[in-house]
Amino acid sequence: MPQPFTDLTACAAVLLRDNVDTDAIIPSREIRAVAKTGLAAGLFANWRYLPGEGRTPDPMFILNDPAFRESQILITGENFGCGSSREQAVWALAEYGFRVLIAPSFSPIFYRNCLRNGLLPARLDKEAIGGLAEWVREDPKRHQPLVSLATQRIQTSARSWPFEIAADAREALIEGLSEIEQTLRLREQIAVFQVADRVKRPWAYHISPPASAEGVAIESTLRRPGIDGK
Amino acid sequence: MPSTLFEKIWNAHLIAEGSGGGLLLLDRILLHERTGGVALQSLRQAGHRIANPAHVFATMDHVVDTRPGRRSNAPDAPPNVFIDVTRREARAAGIHLFDVDDDRQGIVHVIGPELGIVLPGLTLVCPDSHTGTQGALGALAWGIGSTEAEHALATQTLRVPRPKTLRVTIDGALQRGVTAKDLALHLIATRGSAGGRGFVAEFAGPGVCGLDLEARMTLCNMATEFSVFAALIAPDERTYSYLRGRSFAPAGPFFERGLTDWRQLRSDPDARFDLEIRLDASEVRPMVTWGTNPQDALPIDSAVPDFPAVAGRLSLPAYRRTLEYMGLEPGRRIEGLPIDGAFIGACTNSRLSDLRRAAAILQGRKVAPGVRAICVPGSTRVKRMAEDEGLASVFERAGFEWRESGCSLCFFAGGESFAPGQRIVSSTNRNFEGRQGPQTRTHLASPETVAASAIAGYIADPRQACD
Repeated sequence: MPQPFTDLTACAAVLLRDNVDTDAIIPSREIRAVAKTGLAAGLFANWRYLPGEGRTPDPMFILNDPAFRESQILITGENFGCGSSREQAVWALAEYGFRVLIAPSFSPIFYRNCLRNGLLPARLDKEAIGGLAEWVREDPKRHQPLVSLATQRIQTSARSWPFEIAADAREALIEGLSEIEQTLRLREQIAVFQVADRVKRPWAYHISPPASAEGVAIESTLRRPGIDGK
Repeated sequence: MPSTLFEKIWNAHLIAEGSGGGLLLLDRILLHERTGGVALQSLRQAGHRIANPAHVFATMDHVVDTRPGRRSNAPDAPPNVFIDVTRREARAAGIHLFDVDDDRQGIVHVIGPELGIVLPGLTLVCPDSHTGTQGALGALAWGIGSTEAEHALATQTLRVPRPKTLRVTIDGALQRGVTAKDLALHLIATRGSAGGRGFVAEFAGPGVCGLDLEARMTLCNMATEFSVFAALIAPDERTYSYLRGRSFAPAGPFFERGLTDWRQLRSDPDARFDLEIRLDASEVRPMVTWGTNPQDALPIDSAVPDFPAVAGRLSLPAYRRTLEYMGLEPGRRIEGLPIDGAFIGACTNSRLSDLRRAAAILQGRKVAPGVRAICVPGSTRVKRMAEDEGLASVFERAGFEWRESGCSLCFFAGGESFAPGQRIVSSTNRNFEGRQGPQTRTHLASPETVAASAIAGYIADPRQACD
């Protein structure tokens, strides 16, 4: 169940790179367990640690700068979260402590993954992001932006920008709703739809062989792919 | 009112509509061990049941061992928690499972079509970003996250923001030695990797009708790198004959009934799209990437661009970083770059037709000294068929490693990888930093280009090798 999102004033880290992909957020080799936790240490591992065994922090990486270590807001570039659909990228960010990501755009699957884990992906245009980043960098400890989901604005001491988020996504974040529970309330409506659909599209329900019949049906009539029509 | 192919499928699955999109009925859910196991496990822990296990299929592809004679399933095999959990949870849930040693095992987007799991007009989801591959058969197929997969499993539905519609009309035909992979890279390079964001893309036109099913899968696979929500191709006679008789496809009268419905699955002549793009396939040349994003692709005989040529897309620091990472300088010709590795495989280009075309180039030739060349068939069946028709021995005699099926070195999961600094020409779909191993330099290309380059020892034009 995601945590309900309330307004947040917090330290922000600035990582102004475009196309930060999910393998950069959490390298595949850092995903060692079938779990949604235990991922924070692997966050940005390729950039956060120096090459080689052991985890020697790379002093050049922003989250290794003491001023930014406690960041809960990440200000970043275009197309954040592109690449693999791995939700571990969102779990790792959330476990590290991030609650808000601010970028000009997000990759679609990543965006939806954020919403389902109580992480706010706020879309802000490039110019505003530049202004916000500059203000944060002046004094990261004191210059903490206020992110208000209620008013849909990001504020600094001097300026404020509206950010974009879909209405239902905003609602879900504020209430911290579990989507499965929400949908299961429509169980009957779904069942009625399926009954009618089964009549309309019988072929979509005719799956042979049935599940759990492991290894029984090795078909003999399989045509070779690639040679149809050619 | 005239409607698009997408709208027809959307409307047929729309249970309810809200501000954020629609609640859609899902026909098929596919899982793999890397993201599916965690979804199955946390669903069970939360006390939810799978709404319709017969419509759920799990395979092992992402972290399976692909070295010859793999023993992942043997009692003495090294433990792999992703495989173990997925196996345990799939068995407990009563879903279809294609385990490591199963004849039907393979990369999820290879076996979906191969086993007839995906059909025209279906909705299909999988917690994997390249799920759009399966739209090549006329299904609405898209990638989701693990939490979305839990929702899909528990309710057989998903809330989906309604995408805008895009039609990519492809005129003309591809020249010899030029493939769907080159066509896709051409599109992404021309319009940028974010060019399809927010859209469901329908590929249409004579240039698409002329592609066989597997080439269509390659095109739809790469559409993920164009940031589309999903990619679609209207089904036609080729699609139907491809599907007939496949394991999980409807049989007998059910197939015939399906045919009647599938023939309606096309965009109406005057249907309106939010965006239209036209391409001429005959202008496409073999494409190779020079950077760390699929949009950094150019015709093989081009040179690495200078900054002004890419300034609209990359900042100066990002451009410098890309060149440094790739070990390149502006003006350097892409063709002729010496390589250390050659990889044929992945959900993009690992099907039988891909292997046949690569083998035609490798026939009677040898991989250049110092090049590590690897071929990983996309499924166990592809592997068997390739062995039966003698392709495997062509690869092996040329000096390629011939592997068991899986995702393998398409990405680095902590097991095998190419070495730091190595330059690899690869039939995969992503050239991100570190994708094939820390500090590896990936150049995306068609299987033909990979084969021709493996022989030459440098990035080479497959059109010459075809002669």
